[in-house]
Amino acid sequence: MSKREFKVVNKPLRKIDAMSLALGKPAYVGDFKPADALVIKMLGSPHAHARIKSIDISAAEAMPGVHAVLYYGNVPRIVHTTAGQGYPEPSPYDTFMFDSKMRFVGDRVAAVAAESNKIALAALKAIQVEYEVLEPVFRIQDAMQDGAPVIHDEPEAKAVIPVPYDAKRNMAAKVDMEIGDLEKGLAAADVTVDVPFYNHYAQHCPVEPHVSMAWVDREDRIIITTSTQVPFHCRRIVAQTLDVPVQRIRVIKPRIGGGFGAKQEIVLEDVVAMMALRTRRPVYWEYTREEEFVASRTRHPMLMRIRMGAKRDGTITAIGLDATSNTGWNGSQGLTVVCNSGSKMLPLYRCENIHFLGMAVYTNLPAGGAYRGYGATQAAFAFESAMDEIAEKIGMDPLQFRSMNHIRKGETSPVFRALGEGREGVDQAITSCELARCIKAGAKEIGWRKRKPHTAKKGRYRRGIGMACLMQGSAIPEIDMGAASMKMNEDGSFNLLMGATDLGTGSDTVLAQIAAEQLGTTLDKIIVYSSDTDMTPFDVGAYASSTTYLSGQAVLNVAQKVRKQILKVGADMLDCKASELGIEDAKVIRKNGESVTFSEIALYSMYASNQFQIGDMSSKIVHHSPPPFAAHFADVEVDTYTGRVRVVKYVAAADCGTPIHPRLAEGQVEGAVMNGICYALTEEYLFNDKGRMTNGNFGDYKLYTVSDLPEMKTILVPSYEKTGPYGAKSIAEIGINGPLPAIANAIYNACGVRLRTGPFTAEKVWRSLQAGGEIPFEEGH
Amino acid sequence: MKQITFTLNGRKRQWDIAPDETLIDLLRRQGLTGTKRGCDTGMCGSCAVIIDGRAVNACIYYAFQVDGRTVETIEGVGDFDRPHPLQTALADAGAVQCGFCTPGFIMTAKALLDRKPNAEDADFRQHLDGNLCRCTGYVKIEQAIRSCSTAAEGGAQ
Repeated sequence: MSKREFKVVNKPLRKIDAMSLALGKPAYVGDFKPADALVIKMLGSPHAHARIKSIDISAAEAMPGVHAVLYYGNVPRIVHTTAGQGYPEPSPYDTFMFDSKMRFVGDRVAAVAAESNKIALAALKAIQVEYEVLEPVFRIQDAMQDGAPVIHDEPEAKAVIPVPYDAKRNMAAKVDMEIGDLEKGLAAADVTVDVPFYNHYAQHCPVEPHVSMAWVDREDRIIITTSTQVPFHCRRIVAQTLDVPVQRIRVIKPRIGGGFGAKQEIVLEDVVAMMALRTRRPVYWEYTREEEFVASRTRHPMLMRIRMGAKRDGTITAIGLDATSNTGWNGSQGLTVVCNSGSKMLPLYRCENIHFLGMAVYTNLPAGGAYRGYGATQAAFAFESAMDEIAEKIGMDPLQFRSMNHIRKGETSPVFRALGEGREGVDQAITSCELARCIKAGAKEIGWRKRKPHTAKKGRYRRGIGMACLMQGSAIPEIDMGAASMKMNEDGSFNLLMGATDLGTGSDTVLAQIAAEQLGTTLDKIIVYSSDTDMTPFDVGAYASSTTYLSGQAVLNVAQKVRKQILKVGADMLDCKASELGIEDAKVIRKNGESVTFSEIALYSMYASNQFQIGDMSSKIVHHSPPPFAAHFADVEVDTYTGRVRVVKYVAAADCGTPIHPRLAEGQVEGAVMNGICYALTEEYLFNDKGRMTNGNFGDYKLYTVSDLPEMKTILVPSYEKTGPYGAKSIAEIGINGPLPAIANAIYNACGVRLRTGPFTAEKVWRSLQAGGEIPFEEGH
Repeated sequence: MKQITFTLNGRKRQWDIAPDETLIDLLRRQGLTGTKRGCDTGMCGSCAVIIDGRAVNACIYYAFQVDGRTVETIEGVGDFDRPHPLQTALADAGAVQCGFCTPGFIMTAKALLDRKPNAEDADFRQHLDGNLCRCTGYVKIEQAIRSCSTAAEGGAQ
């Protein structure tokens, strides 16, 4: 429970930008497009694997209205990663602004900047390209064969941190970890499972696609306004790619129309910056929806094998997880996503014998990247499905089986140290965990007690209930850093400037609440400006469930410093010691009742005596990554005649510490769960045999709408995370990990069908029913 | 170039358009950027505007088609000093996360409520079926919009 009463924190106040956005005020990159901006269009490769034998851009260049054409022959060839991560990046350097080799259908051939879309598209058609078509490879299993086509045969491809990397074998990353002895643990078990799972391709589908613009200012600096989660990484990587100093680049992040990880990546910014330099005109590039599907980033598909052993009394003796991701044409986030498949699920249940083998494999398909859940989503499907399978084998209720094994407050797991993000992790004990209460509350809401085995069900429509337990992290310990600065104005308001990147989550509001709480003022007195590399201090950006926990502590620290300065000036004005003073309702109050307002204090500090600017800066790295926990429950109905699955009710109970803004925290859960439900039931990439995606639009790639909404219940179970700001830990990612396993388990409970690959389409369920419970396992692509 | 005359947010407009210009391109070119482009194929609803009382996706509607008609965009719906009840309800419910889809939801819901102030759950679900949101899971959007119906308990009168 919360340890104290709050005035601003833990209150569902209006999100600070909600009204301006609801009014449709200019806010996003595209809303600031200058009237004279050139538009960029990209020619995409028609082949999944090819080499450009010859390319002629002269006809395109000569077209009226065309200002520049970029291709591999006229830009610097600098190897880098597109992953917006800390430096040096754990992702391999395997990408160039343009290359003569094509690695997926849609790969960059040449870009045109022109006066209009129409001219740019016409110019693309005028580019003459001759390809040498190479044999492509699409499946993980094929890419790992001896003699498989090598996707990154360029000499520059390399890992920049000491990790296994072998481009000649299409291996983008590998991690191998063992605690205890898996084989011994399996031998000691009364029952075991050894089962495969496959997580399919999916895209984040932010309603605003990737969009960036750039111009060169009068001092010859490149100003980039972009829809990004990582403005500071963007600045660094663009500087690297263009071979210009970091100081020559300014990255501005306005409002972002959703990201979910897709925008933790440098997808457009290198080209807009280069085009701005070449043309000396403002340039603008917005992805089409189809390009967003194909050429931005996806969830890493993963092939999993899970082995688990348990005793009849419910003790888990062994867990072995092999996870191999299809990282597509580049290795962006390949290592760290697969590491998280281990590190974010394996500590969830007590076990002495754990083996984890993670790999990322190149193919000629769209590239994986960061996607909400970040590997934990994939692992949760395999892990929580296998938990149900084991529970059934030992004849135990799956809820009871989880309850007796899950990690608790005060406990630790060797996995925390053994497995970090591309390197060793950091030891930590669990300092807050209300998973037991999440399970209890969720079970009550879904009606778990009335749950019957599938063998007791008859008729065409059969209902089933399934569950899953989850954990995630809060920031990357000892790596991620956030910073904030603050100054006071003469009316008692404060400017809060931070590198933290609100991508629509509401973090500007949450962080302003933390500042207002500490300063003893109201939310409306905090003027937030976030993420502008010229104006705000550094922050790694919005990823790894870090903003509230990490950037929140940076904000708390700076607010504490400013509070001290306010008290000092107050003491000066009231002629007493600062220790005699307190702050309440934007006033400094002495024990005898005398007081001065914040405005009086600010005016005094600016104009009266000992003048100085009340303000400071603070930064923070974290030493822990306290996991949020959740228990999810799905109640589904299966039509056994057609195989159609309908989610009737979904319950998500989550422990995120103190919810700084309960309504926004609920919103994070609801959004993540709905995304997860779509991933479980409808979303999938369809590719033809040449590797071309054939359903890259919202007509053929189905996202749910209001009319598909099941009954949804979110339960926030508060705990107090003592290492977090006002007891908070993260909430944004964890919710997406539940629906795949919870729905799979519910389908099994309804009709005895075990699904090991998503999405759970009517066809798959029906075929499984016809086959008597399971169809042969197949890696999709 | 061709000239069209139409009513936009209560004001008569005479604008030059290209024959193949879409309504969203015209609006955004004229600085009305509240109408958002999410897919450009009429499948996400972010560009919904109201034409003669009906919600329409402006990305699959030619500008010339609004000649002589009445168009309402998000810019005409409300402002800071007099927001529309839908705008207040969405902002207060926590239904505005990234906010990119919000104008489209408001225009679609407004078209329905203008015609049927006592709209019920089934009406909302049917009418909002063309609007995508990836942030909220729709839960708070639906609650907020429903609260603006006169049929809602304590809803707008």
